Amino acid sequence: MNPADVASWIIDAQSAFAAAEDLEQLKSARLAHAGDKSPVALASRALGTLSADQKASVGKLIGEAKAEIAKALALQTEKLEQERDSKVLLEEIVDITLPVRRSHRGGLHPISIIKNEISDFFIEQGFSVEEGPELESGWLNFDALNIPADHPARTMQDTFFIEPIESGLVLRTHTSPVQIRTMLAQEPPIYVICPGRTFRADELDATHSPVFHQVEGLVVDKGITMAHLKGTLDNFARHMFGPDVTTRLRPSFFPFTEPSAEVDIFFNNQWIEWGGCGMVNPKVLATCGIDTDVYTGFAFGMGLERTLMVRHGITDMHDIVEGDLRFTRQFGVGL
Amino acid sequence: MRAPLSWIKEFVEIPASITAEQISDALIRVGFEVEEIIHQGADLTGPLVFAKVLSIEEITEFKKAIRYVGLDCGEKQTRYVICGATNFVVGDLVLAALPGAVLPGDFTIGARETYGKVSNGMICSARELGIGDDHAGIMTFAEGSVAIGSDAIEGLLINDVIFDVAVNPDRGYALSIRGIAREVAGSLGLKYTDPVDALRKLEFSETGKGVSAKIADSATASVFYLRTLSHFDPKARTPIWMRRRIEKMGMRSISLVVDVTNYVMLELGQPLHAFDKSKIKGSLTIKRAGKAQPFTTLDGQVRQLDPDDLMVCDDEQPLALAGTMGGAFSEISETTTEIALEAVRFDPTCVAKNSRRHKLSSEASRRLERSVDPSLAQYASARFVQLLTENSPAQHVATVIAGKPEFSPMVKVDPAYISRIMGVDVAPAEIVKILRTIGCEVEEKTFEVNPPSWRADLLSQADFTEEVARMVGFDKIPSILPPRPKHASLTHAQKRRRAVSTMLASRGLAEVQTFPFTNQETIDALGFLGERASTYRIANPMSEEFPLLRVHMVPGLLEVAQRNISRGAKDFAIFEMGSIFRSSQKLVPMISPALDKKPKKEEIEAIFASLPPQAFHVAGLLVGKVENEDWQGKARSYTWQDAIAFAQEVLQLCNHSWTIKRSNIAPWHPGRCAELLIDGKPVAHAGELHPRIVEMYGLPERSAAFAVALNALPDSPLVHPTMVGTMPAALQDVALIVDASVNASDVEAALRAGGGELLESISLFDRYDKLADGKISLAFSLVFRATDRTLTGAEVSALRDSAVKAAVKATGAILRTA
Repeated sequence: MNPADVASWIIDAQSAFAAAEDLEQLKSARLAHAGDKSPVALASRALGTLSADQKASVGKLIGEAKAEIAKALALQTEKLEQERDSKVLLEEIVDITLPVRRSHRGGLHPISIIKNEISDFFIEQGFSVEEGPELESGWLNFDALNIPADHPARTMQDTFFIEPIESGLVLRTHTSPVQIRTMLAQEPPIYVICPGRTFRADELDATHSPVFHQVEGLVVDKGITMAHLKGTLDNFARHMFGPDVTTRLRPSFFPFTEPSAEVDIFFNNQWIEWGGCGMVNPKVLATCGIDTDVYTGFAFGMGLERTLMVRHGITDMHDIVEGDLRFTRQFGVGL
Repeated sequence: MRAPLSWIKEFVEIPASITAEQISDALIRVGFEVEEIIHQGADLTGPLVFAKVLSIEEITEFKKAIRYVGLDCGEKQTRYVICGATNFVVGDLVLAALPGAVLPGDFTIGARETYGKVSNGMICSARELGIGDDHAGIMTFAEGSVAIGSDAIEGLLINDVIFDVAVNPDRGYALSIRGIAREVAGSLGLKYTDPVDALRKLEFSETGKGVSAKIADSATASVFYLRTLSHFDPKARTPIWMRRRIEKMGMRSISLVVDVTNYVMLELGQPLHAFDKSKIKGSLTIKRAGKAQPFTTLDGQVRQLDPDDLMVCDDEQPLALAGTMGGAFSEISETTTEIALEAVRFDPTCVAKNSRRHKLSSEASRRLERSVDPSLAQYASARFVQLLTENSPAQHVATVIAGKPEFSPMVKVDPAYISRIMGVDVAPAEIVKILRTIGCEVEEKTFEVNPPSWRADLLSQADFTEEVARMVGFDKIPSILPPRPKHASLTHAQKRRRAVSTMLASRGLAEVQTFPFTNQETIDALGFLGERASTYRIANPMSEEFPLLRVHMVPGLLEVAQRNISRGAKDFAIFEMGSIFRSSQKLVPMISPALDKKPKKEEIEAIFASLPPQAFHVAGLLVGKVENEDWQGKARSYTWQDAIAFAQEVLQLCNHSWTIKRSNIAPWHPGRCAELLIDGKPVAHAGELHPRIVEMYGLPERSAAFAVALNALPDSPLVHPTMVGTMPAALQDVALIVDASVNASDVEAALRAGGGELLESISLFDRYDKLADGKISLAFSLVFRATDRTLTGAEVSALRDSAVKAAVKATGAILRTA
């Protein structure tokens, strides 16, 4: 076996591969120079006829040649495959701006969104979220909150009563019965908020709905003062309406708080009534078995619809209650 | 409650430099919301004069009655004007706006030709002048009460500022000028004169025997002053100043006697009632009606009395609904000359009940149910005698008193408590000063406080704290965050609800919130039966259209879908979360433990148990196409499968496994509804809606819905995961022929049971229903795997045969061979 011949096989193969313009031509070149009938393959097969010391030296020579040819083939294959790919992929270009098939736009109701937002804010402040039934005992909704029967305060809240009237069942007029439930069940310190659906016999109009939502807060602990109430409300207001909002407390009346106040916010250049608040009336604490010599507390409550309307500039309650998807979907999931 | 500045000024020395806005702010600061500041007369300029009607020419050729009126306006010549009102006669005194005058609404009066005549001015109504709502006709005045030709803007004291003040229910005393004036003075630090001071020493001589007064039950009224007057002249007229004050308060002038009762009520806060004494048989007694009987109130309405109604009665019959409204029989008439004037401090609850039972909220009941100063029965009735005798020939005959005023007890106040609640140090001397300003007597050493007679609401330290806080100013309280727990979190159930709603929202469903009200027609139309159809009724619903509480979430979703479709929506998916109300328990009478101490454990439990369970559900409604149709052509419609998938995904999200079975339950299609069960208990229904309901609500055919009882889902179990096997899996496919009526889930369950523990997963990959004899072919792919070895071919065949055998046994399946 002449080493020069072997070297020429390599050169022939390398130039044939390099000359291939596509994978099809490369395939023919591969068959000719690296296939079963190629010189190197024939030489390899003929090794068996050689003597043992020839076999070693020639075998090495052919082995090296095979490797060189394979290397050249791999190089050219890689090169041609890349060329093919980029050509094909270029042909397969689509208009990715075309509308694609998606599921409908889902989303949460804005009241759920604001409820979640408020809950998250207060959880970060160490408050738990308490809930209670919508069909509620009149004792929890009124009596325990120091709203006696036949007191004008009861007519402040147009109540839906359930038949038979003697059952005393009502659709809760506020989430305050949840405060009573909490105080009956837990020992202070109590730090809770009570968001939920509430009911009052108001006609549906641009600013009222017979079914609406409130969030109330309740804190009962040692040494709680009106300053803590104010601090909590300021913090809450800033979270809901931005860092520049200011609050104002105005003396007011609620049977379950004493002193009582309305909380206003100065937002969009005007004072807006936001909710009610006060120091929990000691009578209410006593009914819940809380030692009024040791503990004091504050409570506050505001409407979620109102908060939503003020913050988002919504002018008609109908949009919130009617379930028109064109309205609801604008809010996404509130993130 | 309205309060004219001119009247407030009678009791408060207000410097001219203080503006109406400052007074309004002062009221707001101490807890009185000013809803409106009315600048009366600000948009009215003269000449406006009193005039006498000299002649009336009726002009009849027009559609409405027109008068051509000759007026004496104090001018040399008679002035003629056209007038459309007819409530006056020749000789009456009226108001005439002369050319050049400007009325509210920028309405300039000029001489003009109308109805074929020249009108040289205008005769005015109270409404046209912006001084009252009474547009029944023009204002008329009694002969001699005003000077013809004089300036009526001055004469009627039109220029004034009127505050419309919201008064909270605990501050009944502020339903009077006396009360409002005190608050203005207190808030601004001005000198205040209590109008009652001048009345304390007022005494009248007895000239005869008066009607006697009794209180049958001292719990219904504490003190009753009954003053008898005679020699009243029914022709006596209300003086202009009094009439104008009554009008500024938003009431109407009626007659001198009635006007004086109203005037005194507005001034002091004590409602009064005047009887025609000639109608009274015997004495007047405050007592219950005792029996049901008709009673005509002075508004002309016949009311059926409740035996429990509190009445003022003579010896024969009830004459007045106590503290609420007088009776027609004994009312002051145009012939009344003898008067019995009642002033009573009624029990607030009794009046509230009277008012509530008869749906009759009067100026009197509004005050009395908020508690009236018990000392006023004496002073207000004295004020009545004073004003009536000054303005008519009436004479005091006698005063009879029953009962005696009861005042609130003294309260021992700890000044440190007040500072502790406020979070601000208020010096004891400052507290004393404030409490005195609001009318308390304070013993400085012991801090025993005697609340003023008009403040029935000051009973505890907390009440006095509010007084100090509002007078110090809520703005003086600092803003401090409370100490609070380091950690809190949502409960498991709350987190789960959020996860479910977020999942549904991200899968294309939009959340809605509907009113949880329904009606029997809807319940029947949707086909709910038995316990699923029974609910609670609202005694006073917003409308008779929706008097019941909802029993299911789907009807509300259907309504929302209908509304969206009517507004042009076609393809959408919605969901709602909330409570439903099914009356599974009989209601018991309300349990009312005593207040001011914690109820016993059993009482609390009884209250909780008295409430019906209120299940918390999530439900969804799938309408039309799954996606919007677009350039790619038609999209797939939602089907029963999507609804079942959503229900399953809710359970899957909560990490539950379930079983599924066919269900025939409203409001679903009887053949296309799945029931999902956890531990054998149904927790969800899903599928295609009943076609009848779909049609009724105008939804696209095949609309589907799901409902999951979230509250019925057990807590997710703690996960103990099985080891993940890395040995190779062995795949086996089997095709089984079964009757079409056989549920795929039953076949799958049998294969699973027969396949044993080494069966890792199973899936239905083909369903062929074109076989003969109502048979179908179900092809399952079974994956077997052992964790510790490669399964041999023989093992796998045996496992497959075992699975098939179980399916054959359970469902009558036949193995389909190739």
